[in-house]
Amino acid sequence: MAEAKSASGALASQPVERPLSPHLQVYRMTISMFMSIMHRMTGAALYFGTLLLAAWLVSAAIGPEAFDTVNGLFNTVLGKLVLIGYTWALFNHALGGIRHFIWDSIHGYDLKTVDRMSWMTLLGSLALTGAVWGYVVASRGGL
Amino acid sequence: MTLRTPMKNVRHLGSAKEGTDHFWKSRVTAVANLVLTGFLVAFLVEHAGSDHAALKTALGSPVVAVPLILLALSAAIHMKLGMQVIIEDYVHGEGTRIATLLLNTFFATSVGAALVFAVLKLSLGV
Repeated sequence: MAEAKSASGALASQPVERPLSPHLQVYRMTISMFMSIMHRMTGAALYFGTLLLAAWLVSAAIGPEAFDTVNGLFNTVLGKLVLIGYTWALFNHALGGIRHFIWDSIHGYDLKTVDRMSWMTLLGSLALTGAVWGYVVASRGGL
Repeated sequence: MTLRTPMKNVRHLGSAKEGTDHFWKSRVTAVANLVLTGFLVAFLVEHAGSDHAALKTALGSPVVAVPLILLALSAAIHMKLGMQVIIEDYVHGEGTRIATLLLNTFFATSVGAALVFAVLKLSLGV
C-alpha cells in the first residue's frame, strides 16, 4: 500500500497520539450500561451459537449415526451448560430487542424507565431460561 | 451557485447512499425472529433428545418445516447485519475490515444455507 507523507513528514498510516474521549473505564457501571453491553455480547454469542442449531439439524440430515454423535455431545455436562447459556443469550437478546423497539417508538427515555426496562430484561431473561429448563427437567424427570 | 440538485433531498439516502436500509432490515428481521424463535424454543423443548426417526417425522410437517426455514433466512440476515456493526465499530485496519466484513457475509450465508438444506432434506425425506 502506498504510504502518504503528512506535512510533518510522519507516515500517515502511523497512529498519531491524540487525546482520547472518555471511554468505558471512566464511567461507573450502571444497569443500563451493563445491559447494553450484554445485548451486544449475547448477539455475538448467538451469531456463533447458531452453529449449535446447524450442527443438530445438519447432522440429522447426514444420517442417524452423525445425529447420535451430536446428541451425545449435547448430552454431556459441558454440552448442557452451553445449551443453557445459549437459551439465556437468546432470551436476553430477544427481550433487549423488545426494549429497543420501545426506544425506536420514542418511548421510555427517562432514566427511571431506562433502568427499570434494563432490570426487566435481565430478570426476565433469567426467569424465562429457568422456566424453559424447569419444564424440560419436569417433563423428562431429569436433565 | 450550487451543484447540488434537489434529487438528494428527494432520495433521502444520505452520504452512505443507503438511507435507513440497514436499520430497517435489522428491525424487520428482529420482529420476524421474535415470533419465529418463540416457535423454535417450543419445538426444541419438545424435540431435543428425539431420535432420528421422530425428528424426521416432525420436520415432515410443513407447519414445522416452513417456520424453521423462515427462521433460518431471517436469522441469517439479522446475524449478518448485527455482526457488521460490531466489525465496523472495532476493526479499524482497512484490509482487515474488508476481510472480516466479507467473512461475516459468507459465514451468515453459509449457516443460513446449511439450515435450509438440512430442514428440506429431513422434511422431504430423500
